[in-house]
Amino acid sequence: MKSRKLASILSSVLCAALLGAPPARAADTIKVGILHSLSGTMAISETSLKDVALMTIDEINAKGGVLGKKLEPIVVDPASNWPLFAEKSRQLLTKDKVAVVFGCWTSVSRKSVLPVFEELNGLLFYPVQYEGEELSQNVFYTGAAPNQQAIPAVEYLMSKEGGGATRFFLLGTDYVYPRTTNKILRAFLKSKGIPESDIMETYTPFGHSDYQTIVAQIKAFGAGGHTAVISTINGDSNVPFYKELGNQGLKATDIPVVAFSVGEEELRGIDTKPLVGHLAAWNYFMSLKNKTNSAFIKRWKAYVKKNGLPGGDSRVTNDPMEATYVGMHMWAQAVQKAGSVKVDDVRKAMAGQTFAAPSGFTLKMDETNHHLWKPVLIGEVQGNGQFDVVWKTDQPVRAQPWSPFIAGNEKRAEK
Amino acid sequence: MTGLITAVVLAVGLDAGMLEKIARGNQAERQGTISALAAAGDAAAVPVLRATLEGRLYAGPEGPVLIDDGGTLRDALTGAPAAPRDDLERVVINNRLRRTLEGALVVLSLSAAGREERLDAVRAMQRAPDPDVLPAVEAALTKEKDKEVREALLTTEAMLALSAPEAPRRTAAAQQLRRVPGVTSKRLLAQRLAVETDPAVKAALKEASESVEASLKRAEMVGLLFSGLSLGSVLLLAALGLAVTFGLMGVINMAHGELLMIGAYATWLVQTLFRRYLPGHFGWYLAVAVPASFLAAAAVGALLELTVVRKLYGRPLETLLATFGASLLLIQAVRSAFGAQNVEVANPDWMSGGITVLAGLVLPFNRIAILLFGSFVLLLVWVLLSRTRLGLWVRAVTQNRQRAAGLGVAAPRIDLLAFALGSGIAGLGGCALSQIGNVGPELGQGFIVDSFMVVVLGGVGQLAGTIAAAAGLGLANKALEPVAGAVLAKIVVLVFIILFIQRRPQGLFALRGRAADD
Repeated sequence: MKSRKLASILSSVLCAALLGAPPARAADTIKVGILHSLSGTMAISETSLKDVALMTIDEINAKGGVLGKKLEPIVVDPASNWPLFAEKSRQLLTKDKVAVVFGCWTSVSRKSVLPVFEELNGLLFYPVQYEGEELSQNVFYTGAAPNQQAIPAVEYLMSKEGGGATRFFLLGTDYVYPRTTNKILRAFLKSKGIPESDIMETYTPFGHSDYQTIVAQIKAFGAGGHTAVISTINGDSNVPFYKELGNQGLKATDIPVVAFSVGEEELRGIDTKPLVGHLAAWNYFMSLKNKTNSAFIKRWKAYVKKNGLPGGDSRVTNDPMEATYVGMHMWAQAVQKAGSVKVDDVRKAMAGQTFAAPSGFTLKMDETNHHLWKPVLIGEVQGNGQFDVVWKTDQPVRAQPWSPFIAGNEKRAEK
Repeated sequence: MTGLITAVVLAVGLDAGMLEKIARGNQAERQGTISALAAAGDAAAVPVLRATLEGRLYAGPEGPVLIDDGGTLRDALTGAPAAPRDDLERVVINNRLRRTLEGALVVLSLSAAGREERLDAVRAMQRAPDPDVLPAVEAALTKEKDKEVREALLTTEAMLALSAPEAPRRTAAAQQLRRVPGVTSKRLLAQRLAVETDPAVKAALKEASESVEASLKRAEMVGLLFSGLSLGSVLLLAALGLAVTFGLMGVINMAHGELLMIGAYATWLVQTLFRRYLPGHFGWYLAVAVPASFLAAAAVGALLELTVVRKLYGRPLETLLATFGASLLLIQAVRSAFGAQNVEVANPDWMSGGITVLAGLVLPFNRIAILLFGSFVLLLVWVLLSRTRLGLWVRAVTQNRQRAAGLGVAAPRIDLLAFALGSGIAGLGGCALSQIGNVGPELGQGFIVDSFMVVVLGGVGQLAGTIAAAAGLGLANKALEPVAGAVLAKIVVLVFIILFIQRRPQGLFALRGRAADD
């Protein structure tokens, strides 16, 4: 008797396993797509964005979800492969029918998915600082535009406190974000009276790992006067780059390197003692001291521990993680306000949403331009891989997606 | 007792007001105070300045300023132990203040007891000479007895005297700077040359400037040569294993890159074990990692030979496909076992930093180590192939299989051993690559093309060709990089190889005789 009961249980379990667990009825959950590279050259940066997105979903679900429904994450891995980003986003929108997608790091991946989101009227939250020159009705940009990161950083380097740099070495990975950012910076530097001969621009391919000659070039260029390096290197190339800087003894007090895509996560596992004083410009640092941030870090640490994520205690928070967190909460608020997950309704409700962010400021989604108002912070690397904030704005700054330093932009209307 | 003595000494120089400004003042106050301390030559201020520079100075909104002295907090002024408080925050400094602090510490250690310490101080001063320290340098010169330190002091003085009002002093300074070529000398000379009006001084400046320029050019050439050879050694390490499996045995092994990757992961595993169980001997982990990476890759290689390659000798197309499949399998296996993200392989301490050989040229230790390791592996392969019985058999089997078998060589066993050897050498390459690049499941993908390129360009079956091709490609890449940029340099090199192989399909070094007829 007992054995027959067991057998029946077993068979029903087997059946369920074969047919797939009985799906939670579609109406019970709201599906949320997560589109970050979990392998390849960008995995170093994007994996923790996936993790923090899942943590935020847990957090929202613990408070009862949105519109009385739980959020259900659909995680896909586009593997640092740009065309695959477009394929995966089409799959998320048409097959999984997600209400919203959080994803992308590199601008080339965003450009690759953009036509898909516009064609299918999807909704993408993009959490990373970028070059601007884009404004899609289907995207909300929660990272910084150039005037919220790149321009203030260069202004700081030129100031007395920043070392009064007069020569600039622009070093980046070869794709749209570094090229466009450097185009803007070149125009900006020109407007400040820096001659062309004092600007040098160099690019390396994705995944480049031999920075010997480039560091030697920086040194030689630095002989010409107060020099600063502006690095838009993305992905795991940063590890060999910073190792080479340290090994060749290029100190921040001689030639500071300011990076736009290097945060706590990328420096994890590098010995940062030879790198003390090199800079990064962001809108959030893990080292910020305020109540919201302490709670955010505590929640993150607990999440890492509970789920046994690789890295354990050494895991850190960083700016794009904060931007993901803020973006997802704002989306949830907007859905609540709109009373629906329809993209057109959510888009309207997003305008003017505010959220008390871990950066210590209450951030606002601009009423018209789909970008967040963000404070600008400049930090110096410390021996423990964290950043000390050495400069910041008093208030969040409005984004200028169309940089005034690119010709022709003055005519573009912000919708 | 010691505490009391420190207290007395500290109280003489630094007072509470100054400390207050350093810890809680605005930027201008902090700059001013530190410069004033340096100018006063107050050696007692050194501990506080050093603590500030190293981020060990703590202050709350009010109350005494404390120094973290190796875990115990001490009052910065009295040296008395203090209890930790909740409101304490590390005193944050920026690069400008860091520069001032370094400068001040340098000036203060000019009168230090140790010769090395003084020498370091003067050398540090030369990196960014500050006109304010001229009196301190001159004072030190009158006291200094050591020849080397004197020489360094004279150079520093010259750097600062370039803008002296007296023309002869400026000329002397230019002549002194000529003897110490470096980027700082170059910059200072050029700056002065732009504003100099006295024709005699101008000539001296010009001459010194040209001489410094020439030395720097030389250093740059040596640097380029070194980085070219260093890249060459990396390519060689990546390709040597393939030179055996593809070059000698003729197996088109698309899984070669994954054997590199397995060597790198073996290194990572050994490192992780050392970190957990033998943290005291962490610097030695490579001594274990090298054989471990060889064995791990050799074992995988042997398995590959037994299960896949063995069945397909003489069928290159099928081998290519089968090993390509095996490579995907290995990538996915590693991804499932260790995760898709890169793993962190830390360099042992002795591998970080570098050695200054010429003006402005630093050779990093890890690159030197890779260069030496590459030569060592090369020697190993050469000895194995040309000086041992195994090598003889391998060559015999690859040259004429039937005849070797007829003479009693167990051909299948030799195939297995040779393939395992080639794979093991790839593992050694992976161990070396883990020290300079990122270790992830796709590590091998980035090297497979380079490896085949080196072997084919060098001439299949030729060790000497492989070396020449690796060094040549490394040098060509590095020579083109400063001119064309890293992206274009790679393209130019690839185009060159295509053209070269079209003209000379047998590669740099061609096999002669019967074997070439196959």
